[in-house]
Amino acid sequence: MSIKTEPFILNMGPQHPSTHGVFRMRVTLDGEVVVDVEPVIGYLHRGIEKLAEGRTYTQNIPFTDRLDYLASMTNNFAYVLAVEKLAGIGVPERAEYLRIIMAEMMRISSHLMAVGFFLNDLGAMMTPVLYMWREREKLLDLFEMVCGQRLTYNYMRIGGVSHDIPEEFLPALKRFVAEMPKFIDEYDQLLAENEIVLTRTKGVGVLPEDLAINTAASGPVLRASGVKWDIRRADPYSIYDRFDFDIPVGSVGDCYDRYWVRIQEMRQSVRILEQAVAQLPEGEVCAKVFQLLRPPVGEVYGHIEAPKGELGFYLVSDNSIAPYRFHIRPPTLINLTALKEMVIGWKVADLVITFGSIDVCLGEIDR
Amino acid sequence: MTLLEQFQLWLATIWPEWAAYITPAIVGIVVVLAFVLLTVIVFIWYERRLLGRFQIRLGPNRLGPEGIFQPIATALKVLLKEDIVPAKGDKLVHWLAPVVVFVPILLIFAVVPFDKGAIFSDLNVGIVYVVAISSVSAVGIYMAGWASNNKYALIAALRTIAQMVSYELPVVLSIIGVVLMVGSLSMSQIVESQNIPFIILQPLGFVIFFLGTVAEMNRCPFDLLEADSEIVAGYHIEYSGMKFAMFYLGEYGHALAYSCIIATLFLGGWQGPLLPPIIWFLIKIVAVFSVIVWMRSTLPRLRVDQLMAFAWKCLLPMAVINLFIVAAEALWLPEALPWIMVVVNFAFASILTLLWSRLFALGGGRVEV
Repeated sequence: MSIKTEPFILNMGPQHPSTHGVFRMRVTLDGEVVVDVEPVIGYLHRGIEKLAEGRTYTQNIPFTDRLDYLASMTNNFAYVLAVEKLAGIGVPERAEYLRIIMAEMMRISSHLMAVGFFLNDLGAMMTPVLYMWREREKLLDLFEMVCGQRLTYNYMRIGGVSHDIPEEFLPALKRFVAEMPKFIDEYDQLLAENEIVLTRTKGVGVLPEDLAINTAASGPVLRASGVKWDIRRADPYSIYDRFDFDIPVGSVGDCYDRYWVRIQEMRQSVRILEQAVAQLPEGEVCAKVFQLLRPPVGEVYGHIEAPKGELGFYLVSDNSIAPYRFHIRPPTLINLTALKEMVIGWKVADLVITFGSIDVCLGEIDR
Repeated sequence: MTLLEQFQLWLATIWPEWAAYITPAIVGIVVVLAFVLLTVIVFIWYERRLLGRFQIRLGPNRLGPEGIFQPIATALKVLLKEDIVPAKGDKLVHWLAPVVVFVPILLIFAVVPFDKGAIFSDLNVGIVYVVAISSVSAVGIYMAGWASNNKYALIAALRTIAQMVSYELPVVLSIIGVVLMVGSLSMSQIVESQNIPFIILQPLGFVIFFLGTVAEMNRCPFDLLEADSEIVAGYHIEYSGMKFAMFYLGEYGHALAYSCIIATLFLGGWQGPLLPPIIWFLIKIVAVFSVIVWMRSTLPRLRVDQLMAFAWKCLLPMAVINLFIVAAEALWLPEALPWIMVVVNFAFASILTLLWSRLFALGGGRVEV
């Protein structure tokens, strides 16, 4: 006698502990095995792209904070870079360095969260997350010193940054930079050699190199698949060409590689921070820019290497005070397109960790 | 003779026979239940505090000294919650499941020797009784998962059956190793024969038993039944109020019960120098529980196929080999030379563990669909 079986459909989310927000996956399961995944997005849609068309260029900076709220500062950075490119505004030297410092601090902070929650998805009951939060807390304190905020900073301005750093900031940052490599080693030692972590993540959720390129994946997800593509090197913006850093590249493109690439990128960010702090010049922090900026008619696409991938802003100006079109290229939305190919045939538990290893932020996906 | 039997004999001299028969039973039940429930509450508090320390935070510390009353506040909160039953669930089974989970756990304590003679019932098949009774909880978990009419709960229910059946075998085989040495199934006999705790005599058996029981009480890294990052809360996802509290208490009761069993079988039970026996027993169960909490706070979860592979490919063969070694030693080694056995068994344990960790890959990979 054979037992009749049939696949069933499971709705994971939008309320689910490991969908990192309000993501929903319509999963078809055959027992524990994932047969089909259909992502459903839009639960956090706020219409930022449309709203931005009714506000001035400066007023749009706070909107970018609300995209990837775990890396607000880099969103600010990407947006102001695009506007500066559009309007042809120069940035003082000190402001460039401050921006780099903030962006790299943000990268460490975002990767800490990504790695922590990835391990939480693996089932390590909050402990790795809380250890990561310990370090992130120090970064948030630093951000608070600079701009008074801990989550949505709104620090960058068109032509520079909103104000100079306080004098206690640099000593605190130097202390952090000195301590951080030790902590990264500690995490790496605790987690990367854990048998369970290895058996759970090695070879799971593989994103092959060609598929990664074809789906336009970017950031750690792409680099874990073995593609050496980092916009900081491939299309240098700001002053990244002055710094010496490596681009860590994975080999297989599995969950472990994505985890490993993030850990290595944190080390490289610390290196950049060291150099930036040493070279930081004195001077102005913001160029003189009209409050009601009217960029010349034209369009521009500015992109940077955000912690989660290539974050791009496409702006069209019609010489008015507000952008005619304000489009965002969110890295995680595009990284997610390969999710189905990565998880089919694996178990439910693998679906969760593969999704976690992509490191999504729903504020950015739904906009 | 247990204390309760002595009490019964003494009562029979002054009371009619039926009263002398019933009264000690009631007294025993009340004492054991009070001990168990109080200890469970303390364990809940202890786990939260210890977990807090592991996670570089404080844990609950507001209510009472060091937050000791926090579990009571939690219990009150849970009691006041609305009891929700899924509209299309099986109402009777849904109602019965927490009871079926909780009661067997209480029944385990009937054969736990807390002190010399301080055992509710010194069954001559004590350890078999423990194995039999503790398996009943799995039925309750399956009932809960089935009756909830929820897909997460159903996945958890099916995982339960697979997990419980798989891990029962190595656990029982490692118990047989102990029984072979003692020559009795009675729990108090097992304690009394441990002049050297069996953890030293049979390290491999202890490891297998410990891992197997951790899997049976659904603790990390084997907590697949309530894997909150995958299937949210698993079998008790549709439970609220007092029914949920039963599961919660059951989980900690299970941990306490198995801490007691591990302490009895492998750590020498109430035996120990200087301190009174009951204190030794408490120290040992707290130590075992601390290790369980430690594992929970540090280890990630295994995947379901890896969990099965771990039981069938690692624990079961090792348990069988361990059983053969112990049987041979029980047959041929004179009792006067336990220390030879210690050395031999430690050597075997380390060789086998190394061998297995090198030879076996856990679980399968991608399934073609």
